[in-house]
Amino acid sequence: MNSISIALLVIGVTFDLFGCIGLLRLPDIYNRLQSATKCVTLGTCSIMLAIFLHYGFTAVGIKALIAIPLLFFASTVGAHALIRGSYRFGIKLTDKTVIDDYKEVEK
Amino acid sequence: MIAIFLYILIGLSFLCFIRVLYGPTMADRMVAIDIFGTIVAGICALLVIKTGRLFLIDVAIAWIIISFIGTIALAKYLTRKKLDE
Repeated sequence: MNSISIALLVIGVTFDLFGCIGLLRLPDIYNRLQSATKCVTLGTCSIMLAIFLHYGFTAVGIKALIAIPLLFFASTVGAHALIRGSYRFGIKLTDKTVIDDYKEVEK
Repeated sequence: MIAIFLYILIGLSFLCFIRVLYGPTMADRMVAIDIFGTIVAGICALLVIKTGRLFLIDVAIAWIIISFIGTIALAKYLTRKKLDE
């Protein structure tokens, strides 16, 4: 493996680690999703890019390159739909919330 | 080198299961399952380099799509709508 692939793997695993720590430690579902989705999506996309740089333009490399936009769109759309659904379902925000702008949009 | 990354990612998937066990609401558990699917896609991508079995990248892509379908289904269930609205 070349050094760029190893650097991308280190970045990806580190972002996955931070995302999972945020998933465990943050107080309510909105904070958890905001931490976990962004960090873990970027981390896994970085791992896929490392696969592409390792294998080049072969079948595996092209599939890993296709998986990057697929993962971006699937993860972000799923997170947005899930958070809107849980807001409409009535899940409470945490007590430390400063401002809630989405309440006025929903009216 | 790759084995250390694999052990870290497998440990992170168990951290996601802690959130599945203790999540207070249903949506918390679904968030943890979603993140678990993304991490498993990363594990499959690392296993391609580690073992040399090239079909595992197809497993990663399929896992991403099925996790997305599950998340959308739960989001529609939370908004109390049918799937075709």
